[in-house]
Amino acid sequence: MLPTETHPQTQRNRPALNFAARRPWSTLALLIAAVLVVGAGVLFLLNLKAPGLLTGAVVAAMGDPGQAPLILKAGLLHYLETAWSCAPWMLELTSIFIVIGTLLSVFGVIFALTSLVERKMLARIQNRFGPNRAGPWGLFQPLADAIKMLTKEDIVPTGADKVLHLLAPITMLVPALLVLAILPYGPGMVPVELGVGILFFFALGATTEVGVFMAGWGSNNKYSLLGAMRSIAQMISYEIPLFLAALAVVMLSGSLSPDAIVSAQDGYVFSFVPHWFVFTPWGFAGFLLFFTAALAESNRSPFDLPEGESELVAGHMTEYSGFKYAVFFMAEYIGLFAICGFAVTLFLGGWHAPLPWLEWIPGYLWFFIKLYALVLLAIWVRGTVPRMRGDHLMGFAWKFMIPMGFAVILAAAVWHYAGGGVPGWLASAVIVLMPYLALGRVVAIQYPASRRVYRFSES
Amino acid sequence: MNPSATDWPKRSADLSDDGILEISMGPQHPSTHGVFRMNVKLDGETVVWLKPVFGYLHRNHEQLAEKMSYFGSMPYTDRLDYFSSLSNNWAYALSVEKLTGIEVPERAEYLRVLLAELTRLQNHSAFLGFLLGDMGAWGSVLMYAFRERDLILDLFESLTGSRMMCNYMRFGGCRCDLPAGWLAQARKVVDDYPAFLDEMEQLLVGNEILVARTQGVGVLSGADAINGGLTGPMLRASGVDYDIRKVDRYGIYDRFDFQVPLGAHGDTYDRLMVRLLEMRESLKILDAVLREIPEGPILDPKSKSRGLRPPVGEAYARLEAPKGELGFYLISDKSPEPYRYRVRPPSLINLTLLEDMCLGSKIADVMVILGSVDIVLGEVDR
Amino acid sequence: MKQPLILPGLGILKGMAVTARNMIGSYYGRKRLHTISYPEERLALPENSRNFPFLVYDGDDPEGGLRCTACRMCEKECPPQVIYIKPERDENGKLTKHPTVFDIDLNACMSCQICVEVCPFESIKMDSAFEYAAYEHFESLVLHKSDLAKSNTYYHGIKPTEATAVDANLEAERQRKAEAAAKKEAALKAKQAAAAANAAAKETPPTSDTDASD
Repeated sequence: MLPTETHPQTQRNRPALNFAARRPWSTLALLIAAVLVVGAGVLFLLNLKAPGLLTGAVVAAMGDPGQAPLILKAGLLHYLETAWSCAPWMLELTSIFIVIGTLLSVFGVIFALTSLVERKMLARIQNRFGPNRAGPWGLFQPLADAIKMLTKEDIVPTGADKVLHLLAPITMLVPALLVLAILPYGPGMVPVELGVGILFFFALGATTEVGVFMAGWGSNNKYSLLGAMRSIAQMISYEIPLFLAALAVVMLSGSLSPDAIVSAQDGYVFSFVPHWFVFTPWGFAGFLLFFTAALAESNRSPFDLPEGESELVAGHMTEYSGFKYAVFFMAEYIGLFAICGFAVTLFLGGWHAPLPWLEWIPGYLWFFIKLYALVLLAIWVRGTVPRMRGDHLMGFAWKFMIPMGFAVILAAAVWHYAGGGVPGWLASAVIVLMPYLALGRVVAIQYPASRRVYRFSES
Repeated sequence: MNPSATDWPKRSADLSDDGILEISMGPQHPSTHGVFRMNVKLDGETVVWLKPVFGYLHRNHEQLAEKMSYFGSMPYTDRLDYFSSLSNNWAYALSVEKLTGIEVPERAEYLRVLLAELTRLQNHSAFLGFLLGDMGAWGSVLMYAFRERDLILDLFESLTGSRMMCNYMRFGGCRCDLPAGWLAQARKVVDDYPAFLDEMEQLLVGNEILVARTQGVGVLSGADAINGGLTGPMLRASGVDYDIRKVDRYGIYDRFDFQVPLGAHGDTYDRLMVRLLEMRESLKILDAVLREIPEGPILDPKSKSRGLRPPVGEAYARLEAPKGELGFYLISDKSPEPYRYRVRPPSLINLTLLEDMCLGSKIADVMVILGSVDIVLGEVDR
Repeated sequence: MKQPLILPGLGILKGMAVTARNMIGSYYGRKRLHTISYPEERLALPENSRNFPFLVYDGDDPEGGLRCTACRMCEKECPPQVIYIKPERDENGKLTKHPTVFDIDLNACMSCQICVEVCPFESIKMDSAFEYAAYEHFESLVLHKSDLAKSNTYYHGIKPTEATAVDANLEAERQRKAEAAAKKEAALKAKQAAAAANAAAKETPPTSDTDASD
């Protein structure tokens, strides 16, 4: 127990912690109460125009939580039609904006929360508190960060290509946001039903890389350029294992549509093991491949060579300050959410519950729970491992992950055509394990891993 | 339409025609262990030339000491290698004792060994933390290492008054005796340390990324190391069996049973592991000292600190500081100030072979190699 | 030699177990949470902790009880030479054992404690207070005699063991001095008595006619 006491000098100037940090639970309760009161007030005011419609929708939503977002949206559109007599085209437009607004606000809140959770989780791994002064448990820290970013001076280097410099962060953010539109969040809750969703995702992933190059080239800084080139090489190389893992899933579910893939993971085996692809041998390997490649795509540890502070300051983001840096930051996190969302869709069963008696929790909540579990896993990996060197990174992608990707496809095919009996499972597992062991020894560690034994002097 | 070579954008003026890029990993850098600069020439990502530039922390230590009494420059020796101030103090005290012939009582010798080994423990812990931080492990290992190091610094504070600038050794013994309960606290720290070392080994030794980044990187052969005058864990990682505690047997080190770990390949991984193993050997010495420390005086009451005028002569005394061989060379001409005062800084001499170690490796390795040399700029620049 | 079976990724998983243990352990007890919320919580410093010097005075009078005799030993031995002393002289120009000016420059003081070691009168000791941050160098960080003088009670408050030992030393010193003075006084008296007896023996005649009648 660390002894905390005061020295005679300091006894007179001992401040008290701010209220929010001293009483976090009370502050949180107050905040939630405030939000509820304001929400109820708005609802009441809107209700005056056409009594019963909105409240009816809210009550119906509370009755069937699994479909609550759709019920609320339908109720709101109905209310607008009757109370404010909106034209049909306006209703269409409103419907679209409701969906966009919900997505952006939900993911905005998750982004803000993740930037805090990452710092606090890394801090706890490192035996210290994270930010805990701005609000209860530091919950207002993202707000403080936002204000800081917005009030910073926006410096554009002389000689920089102004158009490229401005467009680069936007080019990185917009594709990440677009990907969010095709993920199935719940039963019937896909913002855009796209028959070629997987293809769309990979196309947008490639667009992000163009943004990185624009940032590096448009900064007129040789370190930025070096960092950008490394980053692009990394992202291109890791697209392929991502793609191969997704290909196995597409092959087995027979469709490029995320909704169809989630539907293919419906049901339970032995009535308690879900039908998710991750619980098959090829699916497990595919999931690991996908997740590792996802970390590399988002430039996260251990693949954060482009951001390696100790070498090239911040890579392609060196010359960015203020709001543009905030946009890069946001693009990185939203990209991470998008890829993790895809991993959930492809391998972890989308919005399906893991156990039959947990199905009372709505599907969209399950989706976000799984998404957040993957994000926490990414943060955990970041806090543990050092950074990989550039050539190791590339060697790992080309010599280990791509052959493993092919092995996963082969294993998936064998598993499917064996019909589902034990031999099919065994063969599939063997097809995945053999390259893992063989390549691992030779390639992934780059040197014959010598478990070295040290000698001691004789004297 | 094929884009020909002339259509590509022109290279900026920074790149010379043969494609060699010169960069300065400048004095303000998150990983250079202080204000230290390296001018590096790169061919692609490979290092073809490297020149270390230092002197940013030069504080005229030797010149100041030549204008001050012997006693007065003891606190300045704390600030040479500011991680291991007690070793610096002891080296200086050894050299003055050699010059003047002052004897040291038994208990003081035990105390000196105790504090020097504690210093070695906390220095190597800090080294681990910094090396992993340079590699991008986001400070986790740094925080664990500093958590343990802080317990040792608390011990130093309750004995000497200050965590890092201890100013504790005197010519002929130590400054003050152990307060009540100190030995019990030290015993607790020494007993808890192996658990931390096990945790570090679990985190580091098998970690594939660490292995890939450190094995085969910065290889230095034993012959090169001897030619370059290297000492300390760097020399032993290259396979040369030379530890001054065993060679000179200064103090009372010949009474303790400990071994000296040696590496076989001379790469960064070996340097990391040699230091980890050295920490375990230090724990053995500490265990023995804490059991055997006798009662008695810690300073000869007749020995003079103030107004010391050593007889005419010269003396060079050295010891195995955590970074290497730390030596003090003094020439006295019977005046209260030394005529010549010279520090042999292990960090500086270990740094002279930096270019040989880095040639042919990638730019990302330069930081790791520099981290494995374990320099402190206070010692390099004095 | 047969290579052992290598499972790539196992080392990383073991490392992740260590970090997970640290993360969860940080919610249980202080062993894995080594920070405190400064300045609301502060650690108690160990007794021997030293930061900057201060002057000790006995009793209640900071001027009269000051132990310092302005011998200027600390000024001479201080390595960065941050002490400045001006001794007091009375009307005749004789040194009274008291400083008029005693300044320590905290900007350059390196807390080496040499001034404490060389002081023959136990008058300057190390304080452990460290919250001296100021907005400019010279007004706030050069401490004068009035800032430096702190009572013996304060000294006992921050360093009880050391202060008790110092008091015992001073008491022993005083006793020794008192004994030495008493001995000297007794020796002087004995000498005076002997001299008086001698003188008396010389003056009075050796006859027995001593009738002094009044």
